[in-house]
Amino acid sequence: MFEAMSLISKFMIPALLVAIPLYGLFRKVPLYNSFVDGAKDGFPTAIQLIPHLVAMMVAVAVFRDTGALEFYLQFLTPLINWLHIPSEVVPVGILRSISGTGSLAFVESIMKTYGPDSYLGKLASTIQGSSDTTLYVITVYFGAVGIRNSLYAIKVGFLADLAGFVFSILFCSLIFQ
Amino acid sequence: MIHYIWFFMIVSGVVAAIIQGDVELVTKAVLNGAKDAVAVCIGLISVLVFWLGIMRIAQDAGLLKKLAHLLGPFARFLFPSVPADHPAMGYLLSNMSANLFGLGNAATPLGLKAMEELQKLNPDPKTATPAMCTLLAINTSGLTLIPTTIIAIRMKHGSINPTDVIGPTLLATICATSFAIIVDRYFRNRETKKRQRR
Repeated sequence: MFEAMSLISKFMIPALLVAIPLYGLFRKVPLYNSFVDGAKDGFPTAIQLIPHLVAMMVAVAVFRDTGALEFYLQFLTPLINWLHIPSEVVPVGILRSISGTGSLAFVESIMKTYGPDSYLGKLASTIQGSSDTTLYVITVYFGAVGIRNSLYAIKVGFLADLAGFVFSILFCSLIFQ
Repeated sequence: MIHYIWFFMIVSGVVAAIIQGDVELVTKAVLNGAKDAVAVCIGLISVLVFWLGIMRIAQDAGLLKKLAHLLGPFARFLFPSVPADHPAMGYLLSNMSANLFGLGNAATPLGLKAMEELQKLNPDPKTATPAMCTLLAINTSGLTLIPTTIIAIRMKHGSINPTDVIGPTLLATICATSFAIIVDRYFRNRETKKRQRR
């Protein structure tokens, strides 16, 4: 199953690279001109993101690297114990929404300490793999088109992350324990 | 809301550094954060330029419209406010397909292009539309068939069965994404009611 899927993933980009221009040729699209025309938008879009990402990633770095994150985690300890959630994976779950590399660092330290095939290693992998970094996605997507008022998008993103965390624990404990 | 989150992270970080008696931590974090952010943007240039070029060919050839027709009923359910023949629909669907197949670096350019097209339908360019929020809900919940990055990390740490986690990850992400779509629907309806009252 995985072999087949990873084979599809691997061949997807080369296949698209042939299929899309081939179809364009068939429909008499001036391939080269079209490509250059579309590609032109790439640079300004990336540059436009810089202020948004700097603002957000500086705040995340200050929050994470000064120990403020760990301080707030302490308050969650009673709740976490009461719910029987392994305390090692809580930083992974919380950081997953705000900093993808930050939560990955915790996943790697869990793998180093307990091994990737331990229950904690698998649980941390599942939490990391089943979600995307909400704050980054929101910053990039809204930043690219200059949206200032994001309505309820952040709330939905964080609620979905919480759900992903809970479902990861649920399915891991059902499958691996 | 984003203002409060931003302000909260910075202030609590500064306070934490002062309590520990090491204010230098803040300065270091600021420099690192800013450097990382610019590095991410520069890294995005290459994939954005390339994929937007390829996708323009697809758009000019009418492939995106085909995709939108093919997945029409599904797309109309998710994005009822977007006209079926609008170019936004093709980009929305290709963004979701790219995510599903784990083509992370293709998904972002497609998603940004979808946002750009959705922005053309937006009566108020500073405020998000419900369709944008739905796109974000799907993207932030990370629906993917194979979590390639985490499998690579597990291999790096010498896992005997690196692919063990595909099952629970897929189940968890399907549940989380469904949950995100439902919550998004709830907030969307509330927003519409609020607007009607005005």
